[in-house]
Amino acid sequence: MVDKNLLGKEFPGPTWDIEKGKIGEFAKAIEDPNPIFYDEAAAKAVGLEGVPAPLTFLVTEMFHFDESISRPDYKVDMNRVLDGGTEFEYIKPVLAGDTITSSTKVVDIYEKTGKRGGTMTFVVAETTYTNQKGEACVKSRGTLIETSQAPTSG
Amino acid sequence: MAELYYEDINEGDEAQPLAMGPCTRTQVVKYAGASGDFNPLHTDELFAIRAGFDRIFAMGKMGAGMCTRMVCDWLGFQNIKKYGFRFTSQLWPNDLITYKGKVVRKYEEGGENLVECDIFGENQNGARTLMGSVLASLPSKK
Repeated sequence: MVDKNLLGKEFPGPTWDIEKGKIGEFAKAIEDPNPIFYDEAAAKAVGLEGVPAPLTFLVTEMFHFDESISRPDYKVDMNRVLDGGTEFEYIKPVLAGDTITSSTKVVDIYEKTGKRGGTMTFVVAETTYTNQKGEACVKSRGTLIETSQAPTSG
Repeated sequence: MAELYYEDINEGDEAQPLAMGPCTRTQVVKYAGASGDFNPLHTDELFAIRAGFDRIFAMGKMGAGMCTRMVCDWLGFQNIKKYGFRFTSQLWPNDLITYKGKVVRKYEEGGENLVECDIFGENQNGARTLMGSVLASLPSKK
C-alpha cells in the first residue's frame, strides 16, 4: 500500500556531472543523429551555449543513486504498479559541463475508482534538476499508479 | 534543417512521420548502458520469461527518447518547453515504430508564440506504444 504520509516530503537526489561523451552515447541509443548532441559548433549554430542534454537525458540520474542516496520508496506493491506517465518542463538547457543536483518531492497522492471497481492510488512526484549556478533547469513530474490487483490479472 | 516559424504552422498540421526500427536487443542493451536502467526485464531474456513475458521488451522511456527525435526535427530542440508522455503498449524487439505529431492548439501567451501538439508512436500493427503532448515556443518572423 502507498504510504500516504509521504505527501509533501522531499527527497534529496544525487549530484553528477553532465558529460559530452555520455550525451553522445545517449543520443546514439535513442537513434537521434542530430549534430547538436555531438558537436559544439552545431549546438552553437542553433543558439545554444554548448552541447545540450537530449530531452529525456536526465533519466540518467538512475546511475547516480547509491548506498548514500536512495531513491524515494513510496511503499507501492511492485506487482500492482503501473507507470502513469511523465511530463518534463524545460526552463533552461542542461549543457555538457554542467553539474546537476536533483531533488524529488511528493506533490500529490489521490485515489480513483477504476473501471472494474477497484481503487487505484496515484502518486505524483516532482523532481527538480538544478545546475551548479543554482538555476532550476528542468522539472519532471512522474505519476505512479497502484492498482487494487495485479495489472495482468484484470 | 530549415527553421520553423510560428507563422508557418497551423492547428491541424502534422509532423513528417518518423519511422524507426526494427528495434533490436542490441539497441535495448545500448539504452540500458546509456540510461542506467538495468531492470532485468529489459535485458535478461530468462528473467523476462520467468516473470511471465514471451521475451524481453524495451524500456518505455527508450521509446519516449526515440520519439524526441521526431519532436526536435519538427519543432527544434531549443524551442521545446514541455514534453509529456505515457506508455500504452510495449515496444518489443523487431517492432517498427512510427512517431507522429499534430498541432492541436496555436496561441500567444506572455509574449510567446506557443504550439501545443499531440504526439504518438504506432507499431507495425497499428497499436499505439506511446501517447503524449509537446508545448513549443516558436520564433516569429515579426
